[in-house]
Order: sequence, then C-alpha cells, then structure tokens
Amino acid sequence: MTLAPPRPGTLVKVRGVIGESPQRPDAADKVKGEFAYASDLRADGMLVGSTLRSPHAHARIRSIDVSKARAMPGVRAVLTAADLPTRELIGLMKLDQPVLARDVVCYVGEPVALVAADDVDRAVAAAKAIAVDYEPLAPVSDPVAALRPGALQVHEKGNIIDSVRVVHGDVRATADVVVSGEYEVAMQDQAALGPEAGLAIPDEDGGVTLHVATQWLHEDLRQIAPALGLPERKVRLVLAGVGGAFGAREDISLQVHCCLLALATKRPVRMSYGREESFFGHVHRHPARMWYEHGATKDGRLVYVRATVVLDGGAYASSSPAVVANASCFAAGPYRVANALVHGVAAYTTNPPAGAMRGFGAVQTCFAYEAQMDKLAAACGLDPVEIRVRNGLREGDAIITSQPMVGSAPVAEIVRRCADLPLPAERIPTDPLLLPGGTGNLTAGEGVVRATGYAAGFKNVCYSHGFDDSTTARVRLMRDARGPIARVHTAAAEVGQGVVSVMLQVTRTELGLERVELDTPDTSVGSAGSSSASRLTWMAGGAVQAACREVVVELDRRAAARGVSRRDVGLPALLDEPIDRTVTYRHRPTEALNETTQNHGHVAFLFAAHRATVDVDLGTGLVRVVQVATAQDVGKAINPLAVIGQLEGGIAQGLGLAVMEEIQLKDGRVRNPSFTDYLLPTILDMPPVLCDVIEHPHPDAPYGAKGVGEPPTISSTPAIVAAIRAATGKALNRVPVRPDDIVFGNESRSGWRIAPGADPATAERA
Amino acid sequence: MDVEIARTLDGALAYLASRPDAEPIAGGTDLMVEMNFGRHRPKAVVAIDRIDELRELLVAHGRVRMSAGVTYARMLREEIGSPAMRQAARTVGSPQIRNAGTIGGNLGTCSPAGDTLPVLAALDASVVLRSASGDRRVPFTQYMTGPKKTIRRHDELVVAVEWNDAGDAQVFMKAGTRNAMVIAVASLALVVDGRRSRVGIALGSSGPTIIRATEAERFGEGLMDETGWGRRRVPSDAALAELGSRVAAAARPIDDVRGTAAYRRHVLSVMARRAFARAVLLA
Repeated sequence: MTLAPPRPGTLVKVRGVIGESPQRPDAADKVKGEFAYASDLRADGMLVGSTLRSPHAHARIRSIDVSKARAMPGVRAVLTAADLPTRELIGLMKLDQPVLARDVVCYVGEPVALVAADDVDRAVAAAKAIAVDYEPLAPVSDPVAALRPGALQVHEKGNIIDSVRVVHGDVRATADVVVSGEYEVAMQDQAALGPEAGLAIPDEDGGVTLHVATQWLHEDLRQIAPALGLPERKVRLVLAGVGGAFGAREDISLQVHCCLLALATKRPVRMSYGREESFFGHVHRHPARMWYEHGATKDGRLVYVRATVVLDGGAYASSSPAVVANASCFAAGPYRVANALVHGVAAYTTNPPAGAMRGFGAVQTCFAYEAQMDKLAAACGLDPVEIRVRNGLREGDAIITSQPMVGSAPVAEIVRRCADLPLPAERIPTDPLLLPGGTGNLTAGEGVVRATGYAAGFKNVCYSHGFDDSTTARVRLMRDARGPIARVHTAAAEVGQGVVSVMLQVTRTELGLERVELDTPDTSVGSAGSSSASRLTWMAGGAVQAACREVVVELDRRAAARGVSRRDVGLPALLDEPIDRTVTYRHRPTEALNETTQNHGHVAFLFAAHRATVDVDLGTGLVRVVQVATAQDVGKAINPLAVIGQLEGGIAQGLGLAVMEEIQLKDGRVRNPSFTDYLLPTILDMPPVLCDVIEHPHPDAPYGAKGVGEPPTISSTPAIVAAIRAATGKALNRVPVRPDDIVFGNESRSGWRIAPGADPATAERA
Repeated sequence: MDVEIARTLDGALAYLASRPDAEPIAGGTDLMVEMNFGRHRPKAVVAIDRIDELRELLVAHGRVRMSAGVTYARMLREEIGSPAMRQAARTVGSPQIRNAGTIGGNLGTCSPAGDTLPVLAALDASVVLRSASGDRRVPFTQYMTGPKKTIRRHDELVVAVEWNDAGDAQVFMKAGTRNAMVIAVASLALVVDGRRSRVGIALGSSGPTIIRATEAERFGEGLMDETGWGRRRVPSDAALAELGSRVAAAARPIDDVRGTAAYRRHVLSVMARRAFARAVLLA
C-alpha cells in the first residue's frame, strides 16, 4: 500500500497521532469478550420487554384482547396502540410509521403489542397470549406492480415513496454501439452480530434515560420524545456498546417501545432481540430491479446512459428517499457521459421495510452499470480495464448530475493501480478444502475454471441535497496530578468502524498531547450526526480538529498574556484553569434536489476499484473467490490499519451479496430468518485481499481524509460477478448468484418491460 | 427446566424411564438451537456427556464400534475405520460445534441433512439402542423413518453405531452454498467395498430420509465386476454418467430455502460421478 508519512503536527513527539495505527481503546475488551454490549446491560429491579409482531404481510386489525396476558403472573405491563400516550408517527425521513400498529399491519413483523414482565420467559409467554383478530388483506408484493395505475395502495398517498429523475444533456442521444439489460439485486441483511438491545430507566422528573445501541443518538431522540409525549429535555440517550450497524441502526427499532414500558411500569426495562427477531426488527438493503441501456462510440466512449431503477421500499419509508436519490445520481458510475436519463422510484409494498445499508443505493446501480460496462467492452472489443480507463472521471469532469469531481485521483489511475496489483499464483489448487465447496470435498480440480473480473464504483461522502449536516465536539484540556489531559466529548457512535481512534488521533495531533480520553457519547452534547455515509472521519475528525484548534488559540492567548511562547513554557504551566471549547462543524452546504437533478447535491465523492479472481466449479455451480485486489482513494489514511480493516470488511460484505447473502421473501414473509439459512461468508469463503490505499487529499476535508467505509462494498460485488461470468459464460444478471444460476444459466426476469429511463408506471407485462 | 447430570448409562436410562418429559442432551448443538429459537423447550434434560461408556471407540478385527458420545472432533483425530465418516465429520459446523457435537446427537436428531447419516447408510451400519430392558441392534436404514423421525423409544438411548471396515475406497461429498459451516443442500456417501464386492451409495438432504440409491449401487457393482474390483480403473464417462443418472433418479428432493429440487438432482449426479471415479482409485 501507499501511505504518506505522518503529517508533521505542531508537536509531533507524541505517539498515536494521525497516520499511525495505535491500538483501539476498545480492542482488548472486545477480544477478551469483556466489552459491554447493549445486550449485556443490567439494572436493579429490571424488567424484560417483549414484542408481539404481525404474522401477516397485510391485514386489518379487528380487535386486540390483552386480558389473558395482563392476568399472567409476573406481567407488569401490556401495551397496544390504544395505550400510547400520543398518536405521533416515527420515521427517518417521513413520519409514516406507527409506534404500534393501530388499524392495519403492513408487513410481517410489524410491532402490534408490548409486554414487560419479570423475566424473558414470562414476557414471551404473555406476548403469545395476546389475541389479535386480523382480517387478512391482499399483499402488495411486487414493487413494479405497486407503481402501476390502479394498484392496491399500501398507504393513503399512493405507493411512490419518492422518485428521482436525472435529466442530463440530450435524452434522445443515439450511438453506434448499444447494450442493454435487466438486472436484479435481492434483499441483503446488515447482519450485525449484536442484535438490537436497549435499557430504559425512568427518571424522577417523569422523563426517561435510554441506553441503546444506535448509529445516531440525536435522531433517535428527535423521534422518541414526541412519540412519548415528552419534551426532548426529559429524554436522555446514552450510547451503549454497539455490535455492528451497517445502516441497520439508523431507524428506530425498540427505542420507543423500551421507554414506553419503563414509563408505564416505573421500572427499568431491557429489550434485547434474539437473532430471529432481529431479522424482523430492522430494515434491510433495498431489493432492486433495474433496466439499463448504454450507448457508446465504436471505440468504447460512452455517449449516453438510460436507466430505470425500482427499489422495493417495503411498508414504510425509512431512508428510501435518500437511497433512491443516491441510486439515481450514481446510476452511470464513475464515468464521463454527456447524456443521461435516469428514473428511480422507491415503492411502498407490504414487504419488510428497506432502508440504510452500507453503500446506500450506490450498491444496487453499481451492480447493473458495471455489468453494462463489461457488455460494452465486449461489444467494442476492449478489455474490462481499458473500457473503464477510457471513460473514467478526471478532476473537473462532471457526473450525470453536472457536479464536477473534485479532490480525487483520476478513476483511470485507480483502476490501473488495482489492475497492477499481483494476481494469485496461476496453479489451481488440488486440495478440495481450497476449492469451490471447501469442506464439502466436492472437487479436486474437476470442473474448475479460474477467471478474473473488474469493477469500479463511487458514491458520496456525508449527507447530501441540502441536509444541514453537522457534528459537535467538546474538547477540554486540563491538568491533574499526572499532568495535562484532554477529554473529548461527542455523540459520535462507535459502531465498530473505529471513530474512537480517529478522535483520539486527531486530538493528539492537534494538541501534541498523548493523554486523551473520550467521554461516553450521549445527548448532553450536540449531535454528531449519524455513523453513516462514510462521514464520521470527515465530520467528527473536523469537529474535534476545530475544537482542538480553539483550545490552542486559548493556550496561545494565555501564553501571550504572560509574555511567553506556548512551546517554550509547555502545557502544564498554561493550565491553571481548564480550557473548555465546544465547536459545531459543518461541511460545505449542498444544493437540494431539483426537477432534473442537475446541481451540486453532494459534498464529495469516494472512488474505488476492485479486481476479483474466482475458481468456479462448473459441475456444482459453486464458487471460491481466490483473491480480491482493490485500489481506493481515501484522501488520507488517518489510521492505516483501520483503513485496511474497512476495506477487507466491506469486501466480505460485497462477497456475501455476490454469492450467498439473501433474505428470501415469499408473499412478504422472510423464509430464512436465521444464520443457519441466511449465509454470511466464513473465513474459508473470504480470500486474501490486496490493498492499494491511495491518498489524494480532498481540499475541504480535515487532513484531506475523505472517508472509507462504503466503497469496499460497492464495486466488490460486481467484480466478483464479472469474474464468475468470465468463468462460466453465463449472463448472471442477478445477485446473489446461486449455484442454480451457474448450472442452469437462469436469468432473472421481473416479468415487466420498461424502456430504460422511462417511468416504471409505464411498465407493461413482458 | 430440570437438569439431571448422569454419570452412568444406567442412571441416564433410569431417569429417562422415570421422566417421560425428559430429553437427553450431549453436545447440545441441535437442542440448544431449538431452545434459542423458542421452538422447543423440554421440561427436563438429562446430560449424558459425562458417561465414560458413551465415549468408547473400538476399531478391531474389521469391525468398528463408535459409541454415541464420540465427537466430530475426535473423528478427525482418531482412527475410526471410515475415511468417508472422517470427511463427513469435517463438514460439520465450526471447530466449536465439532468439539461439542456427537454421532449420537446426529442419530438422535436424525435430520435428513445429518452429515454422518449418509455414511452410516452407505456402510450398512447398525444402530445400537439400549433401555432398562436391554439392547437392540437395528440397521440404520430401518432406524430412520422420516425427517427427524426414528424408531427410538423415549426410554431408549442410542449408545453406539457399528459397521464393518469397508476399506479405503469411500468418499463423502456435500454441496452447500458456502465453503464451510453450511447445512447440506445435498450430500452423498459412496463406498466401494472390494472385500464384499459391494457398492453402497446413500444420499442426504435429498428426501424425507437418507436414501439408498439401490439401482445405482447395483449398476456400480456391475461396473466393478467388468473392470475388476481393486484394479483402480476409472469407468468410462458414459458409464459414470449413467451411474449419476441413477443416483439422481433415486432422490426425492424438494424445493426449499436452501436449493431447488432440480439443482439437488443435478448436483447428486455430479457428486456420484466424481465420488465413484475417486473411490475406485482408492481401492
């Protein structure tokens, strides 16, 4: 990998500054199993909460009888919609979701009633004893059908959660070489290893304190307080140990429920989902159907891209409006193309709600446009690297929203550097354990073909389209018996990604002081924004840097008042009184979405390229990913080891989507809500990863560091599928690729015909 | 839940006889999953993992007796008189599961996806059951009657499984959409026993029980008669394809969350061809 030496700070003799990889403060506890996750929380006199969920995808609630449950021993509260203190709805972007279903249920797993009891067995038994009389309604399972005129409406205002049109250049452009295709991305689960958990403790002032594993404390607060009928000052949130997030903790799951039960019983209440309930308790990645057409010159230069993207948003909006905006804005990939027409829609259905997941809309369209780029390369007689090099964005080139790329290495360079990484040894192994099927002992080389595929992808960093995106940091510098110490307080959620290290390293760098401690994130400090959109290195890094620099200004003022220089006199002498500075950091404002989506809607872009080498057993249709190579422009590797961790982890998630991870739905019902049947890659599935970490700084970002987390997940999936296509010659227009698809050459068909770029409401039965 | 920790086999059997609502637990790799998912919660369990007699493993005089408490991890470490059984044990779960899970548990649960079960069927193994009234020995194929259904009475325990050493020409294969820790989409055990001029082929995750592909077995024996038992001659592609077709025809697969019936038939025929070609070279 390529890494710049540590940036010389003002006082760099300290260890653990930016550019180094100091041990994370939570590392030892996590490795030893001693880290307290949210599900480990306890309180004296604690009750346990349980949720009764809808067994129907769509049904009217005729009546709910809780009398039997309430009479059971050890049951302290049973709540239904009738018991709620308010009728406030919840939702990240649209308030459209009830805290408990009132008249109808719109997906399997929708919460209907809550129980608090002395222990988990009693709580579960009581929830089962609640009698709900349902009148089943027709499910709305197909998002394309849901968008057509006359479709059964899931909610009152129609089935469009949001739609985005990108109109760029000449929408009727023609080209010599035209390729088209229909693509599908199935539903992926974030599969964080720590299921949802929280502990609510009633406070003496009638309020409540909630310890919870979340990605964004203040957004939770914004939704929880009105739902409880309390002012925000009476609801306090504290971050509990988070066992992974990947987008699944952006939405409210048990937060309101847990507080309601605590307030109703005046006792601490813990809720903790098991694995099966977790599959129903959080949103998933949007399943997508995409219709694409690319036009190019004979020498493979893009002339136009047209695409229609339909995302299945499920029963409630969650973050669908932003996901469909991303899917649409980035629908042509990291390439120069003068003309584009994209119509993206997120539809309401009675499937489980979809929302944020690592890559956030960019994943779905990248799978489609990279398949298209390979088709184009084949049609033009170019290899996959050359087609991407020829079309890759350069500094100043605009994406299809007319926003120029700023502060990034050219895409051609990223692709070339990825392609230049060493390939694995050419010899195909003979040990079955290293071949497709692994421990299944299926082949010693019979039927195995090796091939390589490429993909490049991109997305935005930070929040887009006019959102007021900020992070507040409070930095206190003081002196105790051991000398100077800095304390940093933010509400930034450490979800495993390593923002704790980033904040410590930034503080050490700016103050020239090794002793830095972090306060527990909570809502007593200003919002940090979400641990999402690859944004916290930029935003929390920026906020902590700015607060530290105000502390330094005060140090300089104190030194000047004494007629000395700060460096000469040293820190301890200047800290008779502590210094306490709070700064709210904002990135450059972005423009709101407009009719044609031609504007500067995003802060900056992140680019990566992946190359995958696979062994495919043509007989069994099983795949072994042999190696993944990646080049990614991170701007600045604040913590190089953590960067590699993000790259490898994101690739594992991308590999999962490529060949195994799928929530299988039938009429809105999840058929595989367990880790027995929802398959995640194991260490025998995960190949060695080669990383070329590129540090092309962004001028606006702190230290030039742009963010890391999502690009590894975006183009790794299409690179792996490209390699499988090269090995098999099969079209493979759907992920995950199943053994069936390889053996029988299945192609996914939605059953709908849509002209790429057209409104999906115009779909006709194929 | 009442938990009885048995130190002797007699003690465990007496407890089971006295508590019709009790279930035995050894490694717990099936029962604890059922309990965690809230699907099953027995009123009482009797832990049988501390019973020395159930940990015995005897390989002598061409006969193998594997007691019920032998773990998958031990099958990988110790001489067990069946290469296919060792391969099957390697496919079970993760190292932690292999350290805890036992052959008795695989037989007690008796899922069609139980990894060792096709091997037992292909080896013509017998299951030894014991109750207060004594032992009975049942061929595995009669022991299993349906998905997770066996002839074991509540007051009985599986104490061992026995088979004849069938030589080295045996292969176990398992298809699943992950390279480890995966439940079989379909599995196959194949034994070419030169001493007894016998071919055994059994299929897992391919029907309601483990299925013996008897037509394919006879065909395989015919092939060996032609090419000569122990001569290490791989049959023609056409012959292997015919063997594969007969195996696929024997299966009674369904479409489910793990795979389609069509894929199961296909992959069974591929596994049969490859396993037979591999096994004859091991004879």
